[in-house]
Amino acid sequence: MLDFVQQLVSGIALGCVYGLIALGFVLVYKATEVVNFAQGDLMMLGGFFAFTFIGVLGLNYWIGFAGAVVAMALFGMLAERVVVRPILGYPQFSIIMATIGLGYFLRSIAGIIWGTDDLKIETPFSQGVLRIGSLVLAYDKLSVIAATIILCAMLYLFFNRTTLGTAMRASSENMLAAYYMGIPVKRVVSIVWAISAAVATAAGVLLAPITFIHSTVGLVLGLKAFPAAVLGGFGSIPGAVVGGVLIGVIESMAGFYLPQGWKDVAPYVVLLMVLLLKPEGLFGHHARKKV
Amino acid sequence: MRFMFKTDYEDDIKLFPHGGYIVTYGVLLAFLVVAPFILSSYLVSQLVFVFIYATVGVGLMILTGFTGQASLGHAAFLAIGAYTAAYLQQYNVPFPVYFLVAGVLTGAVGAMVGFPALRLQGIYLVIATISFAFIIEEILARWESVTHGNEGMRVKALQFLGTTVSRDSPSFYFLCLAVLTLTIVGTLNLLRSPTGRAFVAIRDSETAARSMGVNVSLYKVKSFAISAAITGFAGVLFAHKLSFISPEMFTLQLSIEFIIVILIGGAFSPHGAVLGAIFIVMIDPFLTYLKDDVPGMIAAVAATFGAGAATAAKIQSNVAAFASANGLKGAIYGVIIVLFVLFEPLGLYGRWLKIKLFFQLFPLYKRATFKRQKIYVKSERNR
Repeated sequence: MLDFVQQLVSGIALGCVYGLIALGFVLVYKATEVVNFAQGDLMMLGGFFAFTFIGVLGLNYWIGFAGAVVAMALFGMLAERVVVRPILGYPQFSIIMATIGLGYFLRSIAGIIWGTDDLKIETPFSQGVLRIGSLVLAYDKLSVIAATIILCAMLYLFFNRTTLGTAMRASSENMLAAYYMGIPVKRVVSIVWAISAAVATAAGVLLAPITFIHSTVGLVLGLKAFPAAVLGGFGSIPGAVVGGVLIGVIESMAGFYLPQGWKDVAPYVVLLMVLLLKPEGLFGHHARKKV
Repeated sequence: MRFMFKTDYEDDIKLFPHGGYIVTYGVLLAFLVVAPFILSSYLVSQLVFVFIYATVGVGLMILTGFTGQASLGHAAFLAIGAYTAAYLQQYNVPFPVYFLVAGVLTGAVGAMVGFPALRLQGIYLVIATISFAFIIEEILARWESVTHGNEGMRVKALQFLGTTVSRDSPSFYFLCLAVLTLTIVGTLNLLRSPTGRAFVAIRDSETAARSMGVNVSLYKVKSFAISAAITGFAGVLFAHKLSFISPEMFTLQLSIEFIIVILIGGAFSPHGAVLGAIFIVMIDPFLTYLKDDVPGMIAAVAATFGAGAATAAKIQSNVAAFASANGLKGAIYGVIIVLFVLFEPLGLYGRWLKIKLFFQLFPLYKRATFKRQKIYVKSERNR
């Protein structure tokens, strides 16, 4: 039983990691209906920025963290301006390919600049564990769980309670109508890319003590976070986190109870089954096109 | 200037709209037939890879380009074809038999993937195909009694009619050429048939196709099966060409390369698959060239513009360091994909058509002929 609880908790911690990255996917999708395959790579780049600020320049952890978030937000706007804006309104697959290309580019540039070694950031959460009875939880994992909950709540409120959030949802449903209603669609898209890059950076920095930073970390985690977003229904913020936690728990349970090899595949098997039964994901809304 | 008056539907679906086509493709085919005897063995080997990639490209094009169903899982179909061949070969099954079995089996798996894919759209379909490819990759690595797991499988040289066809021989080259040619001709014929028209109708509007009486589910599954079967055939050739296969060859990276093939070539015509395949196969030799020769050339240019010997040497070493940087290939891939999506979504073949039309209509060419329509109104979620 204790094994089970320990696996459950570490699965949830892992799942929050996926959820945190999936949040970025969902943000961009929710606001612009663009699927950003480079999300994981934005996270990787954020981690490298933070490493440069904290590890190389020797800034305080929190200042370096904030600096990386701001720098990546600007970078997100730049990426949107250069790669995404010219092809807004084209079929989704063009945009998927463009972001895959962007991901390739970022990965190899990061590899050239920062090398291919695993890098590490010293964080206030690096050491220490929390003990509840005989349960053991490392602080770095707790920090991820806390950050996921906080960010998820903030973004949920942002999308549902603020004018800007509503504007984003409107422009995702119908860009032209949103534009006629006086919403500056271009700026909205730009802002959402900034937010999503900032969220990705937060994920990257929080993950640094757990996964380390190297140029392919974004690809590896992005490919796990992506099913998480799909499982939750691509447009739903709580869905992303629930999907992430589900994937994390499935992975951790499969690794413990099933024969070797299932750990990596189990999330995808579950994902395929969910898509079979509920093609729009657990929390997605289903709508039919009217002719 | 040639005017083509079409008075009949038969005119519209001719394989060779006019005599010029027969001449051009005849010349091309003649060149390809003599190629293995005049080109260096390295180039011939590259050409074989071009044929294999182009075959996969045509297969993927039927699904993605003509039926509009995105797939990032084609490496898995290739793997199934390759492993079927390698497995059956152990039991001395003759080549024609395992070639066909590989195609049929891959086609059957493709149809099985097609059924769940019926209800999925856009991004959900992409992730479903990625998941499928991951699962296949893991099965290949774990089902050791059949696939030898991560150790991989050795593929013996091809035996046909009692002779051994080595992977570098002209006969193997002609085999690949024949498979590609048959695939292309078959695909063109398929597109002229009611099935092909149904595919295109589904791509353009599923709702409209359904209203016209097209059985959308049936044709989607058919499209998956045909596309997978072609990829399976290519897989057999791929296994023979490499003579060794292991699960880590058939990763997401390879699936993305196949998508790049049709993206860069142009996803609306088999020409595109061939051009894209040439691009993908040639990028590695090109990078090697970049590494070896270009730094010296740049230094020479710098020297002619008055740079001292020391400066020139410094420039040479800097450029060399940049060109041989680990992962430069990824950056070039990335930039090329983005540039094509942004500026030439119709691919290399689309560019060729534009240039051709420019000269045909000179001076009346207008850019709007090829302009894509942007759609800001509809959301792909609601369909």
